[in-house]
Amino acid sequence: MSPLWMAIIFAAVGCYLLKLAGVSLPESILNHPKVQRVAQLLPIAMLSALVVVELFDGGGRYSLDWRTLAGVAAGVIALLLRRGFLVVFLIAISVTALLRLIG
Amino acid sequence: MEEPLAARGAILRAAIGIGLYAMAFGASFGAIAVASGLTLSQTMMLSLVMFTGASQFAFVGVVASAGSPFAAVPAALLLGVRNAFYGVPISEIVHPRGLARLWTAHFVIDETTAMAISQETPRARRFAFWITGLILLCLWQLGTLAGALVGRAVDPTAIGLDAAAPAVFLALLWPMLRRAEARWVALGGAAVALVLIPMAPPGIPVVAAAGVAVVGGLLPIRNPAEQIPDRNRT
Repeated sequence: MSPLWMAIIFAAVGCYLLKLAGVSLPESILNHPKVQRVAQLLPIAMLSALVVVELFDGGGRYSLDWRTLAGVAAGVIALLLRRGFLVVFLIAISVTALLRLIG
Repeated sequence: MEEPLAARGAILRAAIGIGLYAMAFGASFGAIAVASGLTLSQTMMLSLVMFTGASQFAFVGVVASAGSPFAAVPAALLLGVRNAFYGVPISEIVHPRGLARLWTAHFVIDETTAMAISQETPRARRFAFWITGLILLCLWQLGTLAGALVGRAVDPTAIGLDAAAPAVFLALLWPMLRRAEARWVALGGAAVALVLIPMAPPGIPVVAAAGVAVVGGLLPIRNPAEQIPDRNRT
């Protein structure tokens, strides 16, 4: 087997095992009220962090494309106007695409 | 007979929307992977078995730039750590037992987690997790295959798709931010990530944000009325 194939299998199986570890907590722990509370907050903290990384991370240094930011900001305005998920999504990508097209 | 799930149509449409942008990024991944020296089967192996976009992009990025492909393994794993954390809320939603854990695990990624937690009832959360996972799995493979065969046909950023992921996650978090506690945790997580971007390796800023949730969750509840009433718990 080539080194590349071996690396691919290690990395792919390793990523799967990480996912498996996450869903392997016993019910007795999952039923604990504090665990349930942390579990509810975990994705809120981590997905907010992910939004920040996607907007401001240019490979280990800060970078920002104002057109992406403007698109996401337009999406936030749509959220404030109580628009549905798909409307927010389409507004964000079309504003970004449009700004990129003209400038 | 269970009564029909009222939100089913809206969840399905959202899942298809997410699947379509993922397909475009899958195509971009397929093209980059082949350009980095992977064969078609190696590329498809990553999308099928690894099935977590950030790790896959990191893997081929390091393969393209480093001498040894083994340098790409820790980079991919580091970006995969966050899926282990997502497994905890997903367990609370899906309750996989025994062997069901084996296939539930495969679908634990950013998008399925965000879609699941965003729904209002336990049944809607489970449905959102599975339907988003299945649609993404199919379209991610299709996109990867197309990109690997055709090469870089369309640049996802040219059609604004770089705004898709942040907008999607914000929109899915939005309903939860009505609670003050959730807003503080979201702000805290975002701040931790922002500070860590220039100093921590890729993957760590998002994982470190989990610490904010742990601290927030262990603090005493100031206002019990703020807890989400878990309707129709089944």
